[in-house]
Amino acid sequence: MTRTRMLLSAACAALLATGAQADENANMVIDGTEMKIRADAPAHMENVDEIMSGWVFRSVETQALQLDDFDNPAFVFVDQAIDLWDKVDGSEGKACSSCHEDVEDFAGLRTKLPRVDDGQLVSMENLVNECRTERMGAEPWKWSGGQMTAMTALIGLQSRGMPVDVAIDGDAAPFWEKGKELYYTRVGQLDMSCSNCHEDNYGVMIRADHLSQGQINGFPTYRLKNAKLNSTHGRFKGCMKNIRAEPFKEGGDEFKALELYLASRGSGLAVETPSVRN
Amino acid sequence: MKTITTAAVLAVLVSGASWAEGIAPSKVSFDDGLVSASLTGVPGDPVNGRDVFKNRKLGNCLACHVNADMPEESFHGEVGPEMTGVADRWEEAELRGIVANSKMMFEGTIMPAFYIEEGYARPLEDFAGQSILTAQQVEDVVAYLMTLKED
Ligand code: HEC
Ligand code: HEC
Ligand code: HEC
Repeated sequence: MTRTRMLLSAACAALLATGAQADENANMVIDGTEMKIRADAPAHMENVDEIMSGWVFRSVETQALQLDDFDNPAFVFVDQAIDLWDKVDGSEGKACSSCHEDVEDFAGLRTKLPRVDDGQLVSMENLVNECRTERMGAEPWKWSGGQMTAMTALIGLQSRGMPVDVAIDGDAAPFWEKGKELYYTRVGQLDMSCSNCHEDNYGVMIRADHLSQGQINGFPTYRLKNAKLNSTHGRFKGCMKNIRAEPFKEGGDEFKALELYLASRGSGLAVETPSVRN
Repeated sequence: MKTITTAAVLAVLVSGASWAEGIAPSKVSFDDGLVSASLTGVPGDPVNGRDVFKNRKLGNCLACHVNADMPEESFHGEVGPEMTGVADRWEEAELRGIVANSKMMFEGTIMPAFYIEEGYARPLEDFAGQSILTAQQVEDVVAYLMTLKED
């Protein structure tokens, strides 16, 4: 099957996706490896016993797309990132591969991000852009642009199956506290917090959507809705706009703190990058 | 009732609006979560209220409430209680209070307050300083809810 045909079938699945029931008891096995999509909630979560991947709440058709890398439309973009990896860009005449021998060397990195470097909270997008601007003399990529999401998907894929394991103590603690506060703060004309939907009401339908726990272990995620890879911060932005709240800036301090807090709510779940959602 | 009607008419004249604008959100008086007086003095229109209930850009109440009176709609949310027989359970004044500002009745509820224009943080610019529904839309949806009787 060609990639084009594959994307077409994904578009058909999009139409079906909302109608079909979720299989909440399904297990995820990719390439013969069982992925941990349910885990005991980390101790810091007071109101939830079990954490679950967003995949659990998707329809059978959407779930199936993530089980085989050939069916998974996100791999079109992973392939693009493999090309970008070798592409020379910027005043120094370098490509990623000029310095990083093999992208596989980034195995494990996704599980630890965001993290604190020299007092700053950094996401994977910051690390990539630091190489582009400081080491390649190239323009930074847009936080949620196509090149960035492709590259973070390729790098994240190297950690697929490994458990999320971000640090929340030590110098990460103040960032984590800030993220937690944002998670529980009501915003927007509809006056809701992330927790109202993703903690108090996961598992129930909100009109046509089956509410998940809002986990981020699968990002960047391919959405049938817009047929592209979506960044974590892009998703936060979408949820804020839905409740008619002015979103924070992608790549800004608030969303990075929220990202750390959400990552910590998924501690122990397998990295699923790149996931498929509706 | 008479004074309210007069006030509503005055509001129309003053604002130049083509329909009853009604009492300002901050002036609505709640008594134990109840709002006894009509917000506009103009009787609610249950037919329009039915549209407000399902319209995603207006009440979007269907996002959270199953409503057996709307079998033509494919997706009914299940965050809140079913609306079947809601008029058997609540009086009009209670329903008006719940729709205008449910937080007065149900502390900490996820249900949005549909008739407040402040007290929420970081609204998108287009919605700042506004209530989700107009006073008349609140009256219409309340009139519609009053038709949801089981017997
Ligand atoms: C001129 C050499 C050079 C180039 C070109 C380069 N990098 Fe880097 N990169 C580095 C160095 C040096 C580090 C820091 C390594 C360390 O701290 O262990 C680094 C760190 C990183 C990290 C963080 C790794 C970690 O474990 O913290 C990522 C991710 C990364 N680079 C991605 C890229 C990508 C993607 C490109 C191409 C767009 C790229 N780099 C281009 C030299 C380079
Ligand atoms: C009105 C309810 C609502 C609120 C409030 C809300 N979301 Fe969501 N969110 C959704 C829906 C619906 C989806 C899509 C279905 C799902 O995964 O729950 C979603 C999806 C997500 C996802 C993707 C999950 C995945 O598995 O891919 C993340 C992450 C997320 N939300 C984060 C947030 C954050 C952070 C906030 C607070 C800023 C927030 N949401 C507020 C309704 C909400
Ligand atoms: C985001 C979800 C949500 C939306 C949207 C919503 N509600 Fe609610 N509603 C609830 C919840 C949850 C309750 C239960 C009260 C509580 O929180 O304990 C409730 C309670 C009610 C009740 C009391 C029902 C009973 O039987 O006790 C009525 C009436 C009601 N809502 C009407 C409406 C109307 C009319 C709209 C639209 C204008 C609406 N709701 C929109 C979530 C919602």
